[in-house]
Amino acid sequence: MREQQFDVVIIGGGPAGLAAAVSASQGVERVLVIERDRELGGILQQCIHNGFGLHRFKEELTGPGYAARYIKMVEERSNITVMLDTMVLSVSEDKTVIGVNPTDGIFKVSAKAIIFAMGCRERTRGAIRTPGTRPAGVLTAGAAQRMVNMEGYLPGEKVVILGSGDIGLIMARRMSLEGTHVEAVLEIMPYSNGLTRNVVQCLNDYDIPLHLGHTILKIHGKHRITGVTCAKVDETMKPIPGTEFYLECDCLLLSVGLIPENELSREMGIQMDNLTSGPVVDQLRQTNIPGFFAAGNVVHVHDLVDFVSEEGEIAGKYATYYANHTLGAVEKVISVKTADGVRTSVPQIVRLYQDDSQPVRLYMRVAKPERKVTLAIMNGEQVVLEKKLAVAKPGEMIVVDVPGDKLKTCGDKITVLLKR
Amino acid sequence: MKKTRKTDIVIVGGGIVGTAIARELAKYELDIILVEQQPDLAMGTTKANSAIMHAGYDAPEGSLKAKLNVRGNELYRQLKDELDLELAVTGSLVVAVNQAEMDTLVELKRRGKNNGVPGLEILSREEVLVREPSLSPDILGALYAPTGGMLWPFTAAFAFAENAVRNGVKVITECAVTGIEVVGGKTVGVHTSRGFIEADYVINAAGVHSDEVSRMAGDESFTIKPRKGEYILFDKSVKDLVKTIIFPTPSKISKGILLSQTVHGNVFIGPNAIDTNEKDDVSTTSMGMEEIIVGAKRLVPSLPLSAAITQFTGVRAVADSGDFIIRASSGSKGLIQAAGIQSPGLTAAPAIAEMIAVILKEEGLTLKPKIDFKPANPRRVVFSHMDHEARQALIAKNPLHGRIICRCETVTEGEIVDAIHRPCGARSVDGIKRRLRPGAGRCQGGFCGPRVTAILARELNIPVTAVRKDTADSYMFYDKIPGSSEVKTDA
Repeated sequence: MREQQFDVVIIGGGPAGLAAAVSASQGVERVLVIERDRELGGILQQCIHNGFGLHRFKEELTGPGYAARYIKMVEERSNITVMLDTMVLSVSEDKTVIGVNPTDGIFKVSAKAIIFAMGCRERTRGAIRTPGTRPAGVLTAGAAQRMVNMEGYLPGEKVVILGSGDIGLIMARRMSLEGTHVEAVLEIMPYSNGLTRNVVQCLNDYDIPLHLGHTILKIHGKHRITGVTCAKVDETMKPIPGTEFYLECDCLLLSVGLIPENELSREMGIQMDNLTSGPVVDQLRQTNIPGFFAAGNVVHVHDLVDFVSEEGEIAGKYATYYANHTLGAVEKVISVKTADGVRTSVPQIVRLYQDDSQPVRLYMRVAKPERKVTLAIMNGEQVVLEKKLAVAKPGEMIVVDVPGDKLKTCGDKITVLLKR
Repeated sequence: MKKTRKTDIVIVGGGIVGTAIARELAKYELDIILVEQQPDLAMGTTKANSAIMHAGYDAPEGSLKAKLNVRGNELYRQLKDELDLELAVTGSLVVAVNQAEMDTLVELKRRGKNNGVPGLEILSREEVLVREPSLSPDILGALYAPTGGMLWPFTAAFAFAENAVRNGVKVITECAVTGIEVVGGKTVGVHTSRGFIEADYVINAAGVHSDEVSRMAGDESFTIKPRKGEYILFDKSVKDLVKTIIFPTPSKISKGILLSQTVHGNVFIGPNAIDTNEKDDVSTTSMGMEEIIVGAKRLVPSLPLSAAITQFTGVRAVADSGDFIIRASSGSKGLIQAAGIQSPGLTAAPAIAEMIAVILKEEGLTLKPKIDFKPANPRRVVFSHMDHEARQALIAKNPLHGRIICRCETVTEGEIVDAIHRPCGARSVDGIKRRLRPGAGRCQGGFCGPRVTAILARELNIPVTAVRKDTADSYMFYDKIPGSSEVKTDA
C-alpha cells in the first residue's frame, strides 16, 4: 500500500475544502485535498444560477464561477496536492487516512492535522415517511439539479415540489426555465425555509404557487408518478380532514432538509451536536479530538457559500497552527448554550488562548420566524452583548461578533437567547 | 417479433419459488424456459417480505408448510456456500408479554419439536434481556430457535436463476403468460406476450397471480387472496436496536409485527396484515405505518423513528386453503401448481423445488441427471467485505473497483458492471439496488442514482432516457424540451 505524509489533509473538495486548502497552504509545506468527484467544486458545480459571492467577492457569480475562483487559487499554490475521483474509506485517531481510487488503488496518508469538509446530503422521502407507491419520477431536488444542469436530462415535465428549502426554490425556477410546468411548491411549516430572495426570484417571478402549511398525504402511480394527494396541516402538523386535494404531476422533487455527512467523523467518535447534526467545534473549528477540524456544511448547514468559505479559511488556518504546534495554551473554555427561541449556535465551544483577544463570531439560527426581537448573549444574568433584529427567520443565519475582552470576563458558560 | 419455441418445461414466475424450481430441475437433462412478466426477477412477493429463514415451529403439524419449512431451512444451510447466499443463521426469538402468551410458547415449542425443528428452548426474561437489551422490560420470556436466520431474498432468487442459466435454463423477462393451451385434457404449451411456447409441462409459480394462471388451464380449484404487509427500514446507525429476529407471540392470522436486523445490518419493523383485492397494490399508508410502529413499540419501546430510511409494502399470496398448494393439477395434465406460497415460502422454496421434481416424475417425466451439472456460481466480488490487500489486488486487475459509486454501502463501479453482465443481470436502477445495494442506504440513491443510471446506459448501450427504475414503463429521465432553454444568438 502506498503511503504518503502531509501536514494538513482535507477531506472534501467543495467550497469548504477549497478555502481550507488555500488558507492552510500559507502555513505549512504540504496540503492534500481528497475529492470523491471527478472535479473540484462540490455541489457548486451543479448550481449554475447566480447569487454566489456577494459577500466574498463583492460581485454576483454562478456556482461554477465561484468554484472556479477557488480552484484557480488552489492550482496556483504548488504545495497543494489534489486527489480526484478518490473516496476516503476510513480515518483514524492517529491521523491516518485510508482512501481508494482507480489509479492508486488503496492508499494511506498520514497527517499532522485533518479537516473534515464532506458537506451534506439531502433528506429523503423515506426519512419523512411519505406514504404511497414508489414510482419513478420521485427524487431529491439536488439529484434532479445534477441531472438537469450537468447531465442534461429532465426528471419530468409536470412538477410538484415538496419543501421550500433553497434547492427546492431554485429548482422550481430551473424547471420553469426548461419549459416544464411547476404545479406548486408545498411547505409543511407556516413559513418558507429558504432565503426570502429565493422565494421572490424563483416562485413569485414565475407565478408558482407556494402552499404554506401543506403536505403530501400520498404518492400515486405504478410505473411513473401520476399525482399526489395534498392536504393542509394543523399546528401539530397533522393533516386536516376535508382539506385534501389532488395535484397531477409526473415528477415530485423533495427539498425537505439537508443532513451533514458525518459518517467518517462519527465512526471516529468525534462529539456531535444533535441539533446541527455536525461535530461540536470551537471558534477555530477544532473538534473534541485535538488536530481534527471541520468546516462548511459538515458542521452546520449554511445558507450562503460565502460563509462556508469563511469557515474553511478559519479551519485551514488553525489546522496549520496545530500542525506547527503554535496554538498556545488554553486559558479558559466557555461553552455556548442556546435557549428561548435560538435553536443552534456554532461554535458550540469557545477556547480562549493566552495572549489572544480576537473577537469570536457566532453563527446562530432561530427556531421559528419572529419580528422585533433582541438577540442577547448572556453570562448568567449579565448581558454580554445585545443585537436588535427587525426579523429573525430560521432560513437565515444570524451572525454576531463577540469581542474577545468581553469573553475573558465570562464564566464557563454563555447563553444566546431571544428577548421579545 | 412473436415466435414459437419448443421446450420440455415452462416455469411461470421468476420469484424465489420459480427460480428455485428452475435450479433444481436444471440438474436433469431437460429443456426449461422460465418466463417472468416483469423486466427483472424477484419483483413480486420476493421483493418485499421479512427476509427471514424461519425455523419451522409455526405451521401446523402435518402441513406442507411445516414439512417444507424445516426441509428448506436445512437445504439453505447446505446451499449457502455453493450459491454464495447472503444468509446469517442468528437464531430467532418469539417473545411473550403475558402468561397466556407464555402458554402459547410452550405449545409452539411442542409443535416445533413435532415438525422436526432442532434446538428449541424457552428462555427466561433475564436470559432474553441479556441477548436483546432494547426489549421491553415487561416481557416474561421467549422461545429461542437456533436455526432461525436472516436470508436476503432477492440475491437468493438471483443466485438460483444464475445457476439455472449456467446449467442451460433459459430465462425470458417481460414475458407475460396470456393463456395455456390444453388439448384433450393435456397441457401442450403457453401463450405469452412474446409468442407461443410449446411444452408438455407447465409449472405455475406465479405468486399472487397463480390462481389466474391456473384458470387459464381450466383449473379453478383454488383462489389467491392478496394480503398486504407494510414495513419500515432503519439506517445502520441504529443497528444495535435488535441483534437478531424478534417475533411477538403469533396470532391466528399472522406471525405479527416483528423487529429484525437484515443480513446487512439495517433494522426493520413490520409487517401488518391487510386483506385486499388489489394484487399489485404495493402502496404504503399512514394508517399502516402507525399500526406497525405501535406494534413494534410493544416489544421495543424506544423506536428511533428519525433514523427511518424507507418504507415499503409486500403482497403475500394467501391460498383459500391456508396451506401451500403443491400438486399436479386435477384439471389439466402437465400443469403443476406451486401456488399459495405465503410465509414461510422464502424458507421453503428449495424444498418446494425438490417436491416439484418428485411430482414431475410421478407425472411421467423422465429425470435423467445431467453429468456436467455445475452446482456452484462463481463468487461475487463484494468490495465492502474485503481486506485492503485483497482490494488492492482486485483494483490492479480491474481499476473500476477503485471507484466507489455508492458511498453509503461502499459499492464499486466494478461490482455494478459485473451485476449487469452476469447471467440474469440487472437491467434497471432498482435491479442494481436489489443485487448490490446502491440506493438501499441512507441517501436512498440521492448521490449514486445519477451515476448508476449513467453506468446502466453505457453498459447496456441504451440512451439515458431508456433507463428504467424497475417496472416496464418506469422511465426515469426525459430529453430536454427543444428550444426552451437554449441561448439564442442574434446574427
